[in-house]
Amino acid sequence: MNERRRIDAVAIVLVVGTLVSAWLGEGQPGTLPRALAAVVLLLALVKGTLVALDFMELKSAPPLWRRAVLGWLVGVVLLIVLAWS
Amino acid sequence: MTAPTSVALSVPSTAPPPPRLVGDLAIWLVILMELATFGLMFVGFAWARRSHPDVFAQGQAQLHLTAGTINTLLLVGGSWCVARALQALRHQHMAVGRVWLVAALATALAFLVLKSMEFRERFAQGIDLDTNVFWTLFLLLTGFHFLHVLVAAVLLALVLWHAGAARPGAFNLHGAETAGVFWHMVDLLWLVLFPLVYVMR
Repeated sequence: MNERRRIDAVAIVLVVGTLVSAWLGEGQPGTLPRALAAVVLLLALVKGTLVALDFMELKSAPPLWRRAVLGWLVGVVLLIVLAWS
Repeated sequence: MTAPTSVALSVPSTAPPPPRLVGDLAIWLVILMELATFGLMFVGFAWARRSHPDVFAQGQAQLHLTAGTINTLLLVGGSWCVARALQALRHQHMAVGRVWLVAALATALAFLVLKSMEFRERFAQGIDLDTNVFWTLFLLLTGFHFLHVLVAAVLLALVLWHAGAARPGAFNLHGAETAGVFWHMVDLLWLVLFPLVYVMR
């Protein structure tokens, strides 16, 4: 029961995060301002972390695997930020 | 988690279970390769955008944010269904697990249909891999991801079939977990692709 509730909670956060990202992108007629782009990427980071830890169940995996996937996520997002700035 | 039989064995209930990688080791090696490949493409897209701001601005302005958002919701919803399916299958609730798997397959199919329509619209406009650097990267990135959703859907369909055909107690949970982890990776990739390609313009 507890596990099911946790899965549902993660799914709700993923849906809300997606809608917020879309709303931030939709409201802008021209280029997305840097600050909003940062928020959108931060949301992607949070959503990706939740999928990795809870859905791929890396939170209970050997630490090296968890670090590899989360490290990939943070690294890719950082390189995108670098390309944008 | 709280199996009543463990009390008799005097196993301390507070001891955390040993670390476990869910799914087959082989799929995790595949996942590492996929993450590396898509990671390079994501970073390549971001840096090409920096070098050709006008081409990217023009291209990204033509993308349908709403379609991208619906596709994101479909994949996220699919991940929810897959997670709930595995949770049910682990407790041997086969019928419940199959319902969640059917729901997950429906999200995958809806994603594939919506994305096909987007591709068809582009091709009808005469856009192809040679149009310019934006459309080359867009079609490679989303096309490659499309193929991964297709593979993940086939894997889920196999799990669904097996969940119906296997004798009680003979269900291959390890295989189901392996397919599930692959699905979640496809979702994880899209969660980076969506803001990068559709939102940050």
